[in-house]
Amino acid sequence: MHDILVWWIGAQAADEAAMEVLRQRVEDVFEWPATCWHDERRPTGTYDAGRGQHLSTAMLRWLNSHRPHDAARVVGVTDVDLFIPILTFVYGEAQLGGHCAVVSSARLGSLTLPMQRQLTLGRLVKEAVHELGHTFGLVHCRDGECVMSRSPSLASVDAKHGTLCGDCRLIYLEKAASLGTPYE
Amino acid sequence: MNRERVRILVVDDEEIVRESLSGWLERDGYTVATAQDGASALARLHGERWSIMLVDMKMPGMDGLQVLEEARKIQPEVTAVIMTAYATVDTAVTAMKLGAYDYLVKPFDPEELSLMIQKIVSQQALVRENVLLRKVLKREYHFRDLVSKNAAMQKVFDLARTAARSNSTILVLGESGTGKEVVARAIHAESPRAVGPFVAVSCAALTETLLESELFGHERGAFTGAVARQRGKFEAAHRGTLFLDEIGDITPKLQLDLLRVLEDRRFTRVGGTEAIEVDVRIIAATNRDLQRAVAEGAFREDLFYRLNVIPIHLPPLRDRKEDVPLLIDDLLEKLSVEMGRHIEGVSHDAMAVLMAHDWPGNVRELRNALERAAVVAAGTIIQAGDLGLVKPSTPTEAAAEQLGTLESVERQHIQTVLEHTRGNITQAARILDIDRVTLYNKIKKYRLREIESA
Ligand SMILES: Nc1ncnc2c1ncn2[C@@H]1O[C@H](COP(=O)(O)OP(=O)(O)OP(=O)(O)O)[C@@H](O)[C@H]1O
Ligand SMILES: [Mg+2]
Ligand SMILES: [Zn+2]
Ligand SMILES: [Zn+2]
Repeated sequence: MHDILVWWIGAQAADEAAMEVLRQRVEDVFEWPATCWHDERRPTGTYDAGRGQHLSTAMLRWLNSHRPHDAARVVGVTDVDLFIPILTFVYGEAQLGGHCAVVSSARLGSLTLPMQRQLTLGRLVKEAVHELGHTFGLVHCRDGECVMSRSPSLASVDAKHGTLCGDCRLIYLEKAASLGTPYE
Repeated sequence: MNRERVRILVVDDEEIVRESLSGWLERDGYTVATAQDGASALARLHGERWSIMLVDMKMPGMDGLQVLEEARKIQPEVTAVIMTAYATVDTAVTAMKLGAYDYLVKPFDPEELSLMIQKIVSQQALVRENVLLRKVLKREYHFRDLVSKNAAMQKVFDLARTAARSNSTILVLGESGTGKEVVARAIHAESPRAVGPFVAVSCAALTETLLESELFGHERGAFTGAVARQRGKFEAAHRGTLFLDEIGDITPKLQLDLLRVLEDRRFTRVGGTEAIEVDVRIIAATNRDLQRAVAEGAFREDLFYRLNVIPIHLPPLRDRKEDVPLLIDDLLEKLSVEMGRHIEGVSHDAMAVLMAHDWPGNVRELRNALERAAVVAAGTIIQAGDLGLVKPSTPTEAAAEQLGTLESVERQHIQTVLEHTRGNITQAARILDIDRVTLYNKIKKYRLREIESA
């Protein structure tokens, strides 16, 4: 198979339309086939009662042990609020140079309010692409418009485009080359 | 700058914190290492160069403050940030006193952490530029304790070097604070008399009688209170240099006395008869216009010519603004030693303010401004707000400011506070006495973030 998998792992029912948009964008940016992965299993042991949030690192661990092993990459998409111990929240996290990434829509807006859907989905796509970029070994880019720039606030998410800048794209293509040709 | 060259050491006893923070920082491309306690942190400080240290406050064994204190001894130039789960002002203040750049309350606001690291990195880049500049300029622009790259001052240095070798009387002229005394000391230090004493007398500080006895000494019983024989400054300066500061202020009688000494190199103590001969080089200084005093009859012309053998004119600082950055560097280095507090430089904004100022009090005023700023500066870089120099504003600007709406005043005030805290929201919120969320909302409302990071 060797695709990038987009896997809804949220608490609510999957928003199939949104997942399809996300899948398409991932495929476009990484020039690599992406598939929506339908799997009813959900991460367990990620909730921290003290903080009322889910530990994103635990989500990554769960994804890594439950993913289909021939997948090129997996991005888990959720609607629960994520955190890492030192930060009040994160929009997502990824294994740098690893296989798994996770993103959450919890702080990006609402996918159900019609007025917000477009903007929120745009943000979710950027963050998903960003975290997947990390799995390909990309670090943060200083170009504030590049999808790989650090975005610790909604303003900075909105300030960036959903695509890789020229430099990041070159680095990505180099790394991706080692994965072989996807479309054979 | 290459981010890999920024080396960050994370010190925390909790593994999860070390992992999560180092992972977060590595994604920015920085080189990150971790230490689980104070001892191993210090070991790493001995072994390698670090740019930034993030140190947990509460750790078993050595706590964060102790680590900070020791770290400063090993690598004083490391920027340290204290991490604490307990947001007490005490801790923050103690940490700052120990030289911490700032502190963070766990868990961190991602934006705050991100901005703080960015600021530290860009400030360090600035400091590195300054250090390079400093090394180059040290060689070229120094004469003893004086620095200047100004052409007129370079001529002064040359003249002073040459004059130092002679025994001729030197008259140093210049406005208050231009460095007349430093020049006098430099000449002495450069002269063959350097092994002898440098004796300074301020002629303005004393009454005629006291100054007379100060200069020439007195015999026992020369006047009421003269209970013992006293040597004067002329004798004390034997084989050395006598610096007669503020010579323009002396009375006609003393002008005559002085003229005599300069003519025959001998004098008598007050109340004495014995002629005393001394070998003294005289350097006189004044901020008055002596030539005019001569024209007006307030200063003896013959004495003026005796003193004015080698005149040295020190230009005011406003006529050599190019010296301001050099002087800042030099003065901060000296102040750091005197105050026991490491100040690395001034921000771009502060430099702009310092360059724009007119400096009526010349180098002394600059020195005082920097000293005050060094006391109030939160970090190791002096910010514009630390200087207390008001920017010259046009009357209309000032009036408009006074008549501004409540909102514009609030916006301006928040911006000033943010500049002062270098964008640190927690600190700014504390100063403003509002909570962080409120401050965030105001920043958003007034679009201060854009300005601040622009
Ligand atoms: N070129 C210079 N380089 C470095 N430091 C300087 C220089 N010029 C002056 N200073 C510093 O400025 C301060 C004032 O200098 P100084 O006391 O010599 O001034 P002055 O001309 O004697 O002033 P006044 O007429 O008020 O006595 C001192 O701290 C001195 O070290
Ligand atoms: Mg003086
Ligand atoms: Zn990232
Ligand atoms: Zn980029």
